[in-house]
Amino acid sequence: MTPKAKLVTVTNLTNLYGPRGWAILGVCALVAFLIVPILNLIVPASSPFHVSAFWVTLAGKIMCYAIVALALDLVWGYAGILSLGHGLFFALGGYGMGMYLMRQIGRQGQYQSDLPDFMVFLDWKELPWQWWNTDQFWWAVLLVILVPGLLAFVFGYFAFRSRVKGVYFSIITQALTFAAMLLFFRNNTGFGGNNGFTDFKRILGFNITSPETRMALFAVTALTLIATLLLARWIVTSKFGRVLAAIRDAEPRAMFCGYNTVHYKVAVFTLSAVLCGIAGALYVPQVGIINPSEMSPANSIEIAIWVAVGGRGSLAGAILGAGLVNGAKSFFTVALPEYWLFALGAIFIVVTLFMPRGVLGVLQRK
Amino acid sequence: MKAKDLPELAAAGTVAEQGVVLYLDGISVSFDGFRALNNLSLAIDAGELRCVIGPNGAGKTTMMDVITGKTRPDEGRAVFGQSTDLTRLSEAEIAHAGIGRKFQKPTIFEPLTVFENLELAMKADKKVRATLFSKLSGEARDKIAATLTLIGLQESAGRVAGLLSHGQKQWLEIGMLLMQEPKLLLLDEPVAGMSDHETERTAELFVSLAGTHSLVVVEHDMAFIEAIARKVTVLHEGSVLAEGPMEQVKNDPRVVEVYLGR
Repeated sequence: MTPKAKLVTVTNLTNLYGPRGWAILGVCALVAFLIVPILNLIVPASSPFHVSAFWVTLAGKIMCYAIVALALDLVWGYAGILSLGHGLFFALGGYGMGMYLMRQIGRQGQYQSDLPDFMVFLDWKELPWQWWNTDQFWWAVLLVILVPGLLAFVFGYFAFRSRVKGVYFSIITQALTFAAMLLFFRNNTGFGGNNGFTDFKRILGFNITSPETRMALFAVTALTLIATLLLARWIVTSKFGRVLAAIRDAEPRAMFCGYNTVHYKVAVFTLSAVLCGIAGALYVPQVGIINPSEMSPANSIEIAIWVAVGGRGSLAGAILGAGLVNGAKSFFTVALPEYWLFALGAIFIVVTLFMPRGVLGVLQRK
Repeated sequence: MKAKDLPELAAAGTVAEQGVVLYLDGISVSFDGFRALNNLSLAIDAGELRCVIGPNGAGKTTMMDVITGKTRPDEGRAVFGQSTDLTRLSEAEIAHAGIGRKFQKPTIFEPLTVFENLELAMKADKKVRATLFSKLSGEARDKIAATLTLIGLQESAGRVAGLLSHGQKQWLEIGMLLMQEPKLLLLDEPVAGMSDHETERTAELFVSLAGTHSLVVVEHDMAFIEAIARKVTVLHEGSVLAEGPMEQVKNDPRVVEVYLGR
């Protein structure tokens, strides 16, 4: 019964990866939770081994992007739905957290008012309704999860029920994020217009710029990334994951097998949006700013490029792609800023033409 | 395939009830002014093996689209079993009601293994939450193993389905239909691309399934039709041109003119 032995359905945690996979994950966790904190907080700044706050923040930021890449890979790589609007869900999560961070500033803002600075500047006398309860952290967490989740659920339900597919779906997701960007640019929307939110002071009462807080945010991001990876792995190895693959490759057959494919697509799209929202919420306190440019259509396209570069349909590939492209972006924007977009275009063309399964596909072939 | 493999499978399927399993009443479908089906009426008895033939464009595939919910008729009724109105159900609901469909071009889940293809097709709770926490029981494994043997793919269980030969893909798709335990099987050109030997085995399989299942077979291969046919329906320009035993239909001058004569 050898062929059957390989076909054991993965359901418990220990089966998610083989010994090698767990070992790699263990090493990554060790680096994130032990080595980086020691090198950043304990090793003195004069030492060549010291990891500066710049690198910690950069790594934290890239890990947020990696969560987004995983989220997009779930819908694109596994279910065949290319969303070019995932930047919107990321930004909504960021705004949810940003509102809380603005309230945490308290009277330490420039105008020393209880209201966020931009509201004083606009001569508003009280908080608009959207800001209700935003001084509570738990409420911010709820917003971060529910707002992207609900939007994706409603949008996905109508799009998938109307059988909007392929490039048409990609285009309407672009339109969605573009429309949201225009909405958030308006001052009247109540989210700081084109300046967005910035100048954060504290999170949960801790100084947001202190090395310890930064390190804590870094560690929480690493933990979330690992949890997201394991969740995604569990999903794609479950029967649910195989149904997604079935829908991707032969949707009519899946329907005639008795699967309501709309429900499956809505489920995975909503989950993906929630993951993006969480990533955005972790991103904002580390980067210190959120504004509507995060919703620009180009940002969402870039997410798809990360996944394509790393290897669509592979979770490790998505993380790798986010790391490679953003690493390259950090390098270029410092060294050769005017050439970054050309480099990005070139990377995308090379990957599309010569690496259909991304960098990971090339590595695995050897 | 030996006939003695079959009773097990037959037991898994629904025991045929008496009476009509599918009733199409005055179905008309138009696409941009073209009448694909024109007042088509047809009744399939429980346990019957019905062959449907006719020239290209006669409406054979459109008829299957109407039965499986892919196309909604402009007029007419499609009733399954006692009272299930197929024109109101979604594709998935129709599948759950007990209608399985094989496409003209073999449609399987190519990147998944043969085993996984059958696993997904197997009759089960197919809601999102159920599939997230689904575990494969020993009983389910046995069912899959039985089907693998029946369709002659037991050696290929772990192979990626996309690597199968054309004939094997056809068999896998038939196997997937059987895993759904349907009452009615709609088979659109099931032996296209099969070798003579494979065609012969398919004929044996269909004949053995009849009685416990109802089958509607659309095929152009007349030798195959003659091997399995009991009652034949000839479609022409979207409605029934002739219906009856193979011998009678074959000698019907109208049928010879529009279809067989060519």
